[in-house]
Amino acid sequence: MSEAAAKPRMPDEVGVPDPFQYMHPIMKKNYGKWDYHFRPRPGVLCHVALSGDKIWTVRAGTQRQMDVFTIRKLCDLADKYADGHVRFTTRSNIEFLLADEKNVDPLIEELEKEGFPVGGTGNSVSMISHTQGWLHCDIPGTDASGVVKSLMDLMYEEFVNEEMPNRVRITTSCCQINCGGQGDIAINVQYTKPPRINHELVANVCERPAVVARCPVAAIRPALVNGKPSLEVDEKKCVCCGACYAPCPPMQINGKEETRIAVWVGGKHSNARSKPRFHKLVVAGLPNNPPRWPEVGEVVMKILRAYKENAKDWERMADWIERIGWPRFFELIDVPFVKHHIDTWTYARLTHNHSTHIQY
Amino acid sequence: MANKDFDVRPTPLLDELESGPWPSFVTGLKRLRDAGKRYSPMINDLLGQLEHSYEERLGFWKGGTITVIGYGGGIIPRFSEVADKFPESSEFHTLRVMPPAGMHYTTDILRKMCDIWEEYGSGLIAFHGQSGDIMFQGVSSENVQPAFDALNELGFDLGGAGPALRTSMSCVGHARCEMSCYDEAKALRLIINEYLDEMHRPALPYKFKFKFSGCPNDCVNAIHRADFAVIGTWRDDMKVDQEKVREYVAELGRDYIQEHVVDMCPTRSLKLNEDDTLSVDNKSCVRCMHCLNVMNKALKPGDDRGAVILIGGKRTLKIGDLMGTVIKPFVKLETEEDFEELVEFAGEVIDFFAENALEHERIGETIDRIGLPAFLEAMGVDPDPNMVLHPRQVSFVRTDDFQEELERMRAKKAGKKEAAE
Ligand code: HEM
Ligand code: HEM
Ligand code: SF4
Ligand code: SF4
Ligand code: SF4
Ligand code: SF4
Repeated sequence: MSEAAAKPRMPDEVGVPDPFQYMHPIMKKNYGKWDYHFRPRPGVLCHVALSGDKIWTVRAGTQRQMDVFTIRKLCDLADKYADGHVRFTTRSNIEFLLADEKNVDPLIEELEKEGFPVGGTGNSVSMISHTQGWLHCDIPGTDASGVVKSLMDLMYEEFVNEEMPNRVRITTSCCQINCGGQGDIAINVQYTKPPRINHELVANVCERPAVVARCPVAAIRPALVNGKPSLEVDEKKCVCCGACYAPCPPMQINGKEETRIAVWVGGKHSNARSKPRFHKLVVAGLPNNPPRWPEVGEVVMKILRAYKENAKDWERMADWIERIGWPRFFELIDVPFVKHHIDTWTYARLTHNHSTHIQY
Repeated sequence: MANKDFDVRPTPLLDELESGPWPSFVTGLKRLRDAGKRYSPMINDLLGQLEHSYEERLGFWKGGTITVIGYGGGIIPRFSEVADKFPESSEFHTLRVMPPAGMHYTTDILRKMCDIWEEYGSGLIAFHGQSGDIMFQGVSSENVQPAFDALNELGFDLGGAGPALRTSMSCVGHARCEMSCYDEAKALRLIINEYLDEMHRPALPYKFKFKFSGCPNDCVNAIHRADFAVIGTWRDDMKVDQEKVREYVAELGRDYIQEHVVDMCPTRSLKLNEDDTLSVDNKSCVRCMHCLNVMNKALKPGDDRGAVILIGGKRTLKIGDLMGTVIKPFVKLETEEDFEELVEFAGEVIDFFAENALEHERIGETIDRIGLPAFLEAMGVDPDPNMVLHPRQVSFVRTDDFQEELERMRAKKAGKKEAAE
């Protein structure tokens, strides 16, 4: 064996690549010197630089988990119309960057012919921010790609049009860890049973102190089971958060029937008008029902319709609900208010109404 | 191409996800299965396992430990728990790879990535994960190293996983957005590339994420989803082009501007004048961006630009959701020295986290545990009313040195004023 072959290749720690080598020349030229933008139609942005240069962006939805053939097809279109330059949004939409307005319509036509929806701009429902699910995560309660596909099929018209009062950002998360994050609507797994411990596995696998430390309500204790070190869960204390399952596979939190889905609303990241805020619970206990999760889709569409019909221009979901109040919101979507809607976590007191401000 | 080497696994449940107008990942997976390539049997069994998950409503992957030579993180190992049923996809690991800041690509580089992933992996790539990485999904243990080597030769590096500095994200910002108040890609690359060691050799108490948004619209969700959020803003007056304001009024009408711009300002800082111009009370304005978003041709951020730094955002685990807390109400981000100072401050925060956080504690939880004043003292940052909603309302506190603190801050302020003159 030669010396070179015997020596392992050490990584070249290049870090975050320089974006300028891939950036469209018009963006490079006008970097930091943009004047304004407008949207000629849904799915298309035109940005105008202080220099007077213009660049057109055509935004299209993808399935995120893409096969190389899909990626190459998108590349072919980018070569034909976008000088070979694209970028992705944080929500897995692809953006084609066009120097020439003449290319906008033919590109849209070809994208649509190939089955890529053009939209996701302005006051639309953009692509759902998407986690991993059964396809690839080691702890999921449900799938991610299938839920996203099912919901985007339902909301397709709202992606390709801009008919919402303001932008709608939807997220899904396939466990309560919630990689998907906050959203105007968030669709998240919600466990309903305390972990059933597989004691055989604990003895072999588990770092017991680490798991005990993970529990937010101190419900896990070391215990001897059949003479072997294991754990026990105080089921009265357990809030079914699933935190113990991530570090410790024997803490089996998922169940075919018990893993359920909850829908939350009014999360918001931007600082526009109101401050960023967390989403709030609307319904829990929805069945985890592959391959199309129809019960979840029904709730989501009901919320979207109520928002579309009742909110004023520029009100995000959170702004709208703040104006009309939660009683009216629950009325509009026809969901009764139940005890589980009332917060019980450490900051719960701060969420009570200590006033006579009541909406009748 | 026909599948001569394996029996196609039936997937009746997944097949239902091939109908409907949205692009189908199932159809994509089948294209890989039917391509007659090295990875086709692997995808066939992957589809089989996924179908099995759809039937049982349970996941069947477990973690493990896989790294590349020289690094401690960046690979997400996945071993099948049902490998006896689906042997070809028994190993299906992911490479987290950092994208160019702003997620810009040429077709040339995308095609090269596809070729590499066809040679070593499964042909399945996600642009991008919620972590901000390109996720090259589906590679056997044996092929992890050569796949990484090939991507590394192409100029790409692994991202973060585990208790480490994580892959970062920045908004499109300077590259194509008129709201952008600082060079996001530059800040991202300077910070991440300076502290790369914390990413590649995980040794922090837990994860640490930076995110960079060019303005308070916060398109990369930094305040909630980053331990260290850098959000562009400006200190001087916003720029108003009154001619363009008049054009908006002419187009949309006074009522619309009154109701949808003026009345929606959270601080009542706007007034639509008789002559269809707009007055702004810049002292009250909180730079929320609403009026700029509606009238982007007429209203612009001012010239004295920089960023707010908020620290401690994270999701529920373990004490409940936290948004980042304002730690630096304004840092200038223009000159090289400004950026150097930002990088330095980021390093101090990482060091503080490394030394003071408990195992598996995010920095927001550390601050919650020790109290914001203690954190500020440790960082050498002066308290500022912009950091809180209001002053303390609970009297249970030792205030023995309250008067001394007043004197100290007064003297400090006077010293600063003198230095400025
Ligand atoms: C054996 C190998 C393990 C693998 C492959 C693994 C893999 C992962 C992965 C991929 C994540 C996703 C989070 C991210 O990177 O953004 C994660 C998160 C996490 N892992 Fe592991 N992990 C392993 C062992 C452990 C152990 C031993 C513990 C604890 C004792 C643990 C605790 C966690 C926790 C707590 C999270 C994140 C979620 C949280 O905030 O709680 N993991 N792990
Ligand atoms: C084994 C799989 C995973 C586990 C256990 C895991 C765990 C977690 C946990 C616990 C959090 C919240 C942490 C906290 O705020 O305390 C989190 C957040 C997050 N994860 Fe994961 N994760 C996994 C996979 C992923 C993947 C694959 C991605 C993206 C590709 C991802 C992206 C994110 C993002 C963007 C957040 C943001 C929220 C934040 O930390 O503020 N995670 N993850
Ligand atoms: S939300 Fe949970 S199950 Fe889904 S990818 Fe994230 S950690 Fe995995
Ligand atoms: S599910 Fe959550 S509350 Fe229940 S034992 Fe596990 S960590 Fe504790
Ligand atoms: S965060 Fe602000 S600067 Fe960045 S892309 Fe969004 S609107 Fe533009
Ligand atoms: S930026 Fe926000 S706070 Fe400032 S004037 Fe405009 S709407 Fe009001």
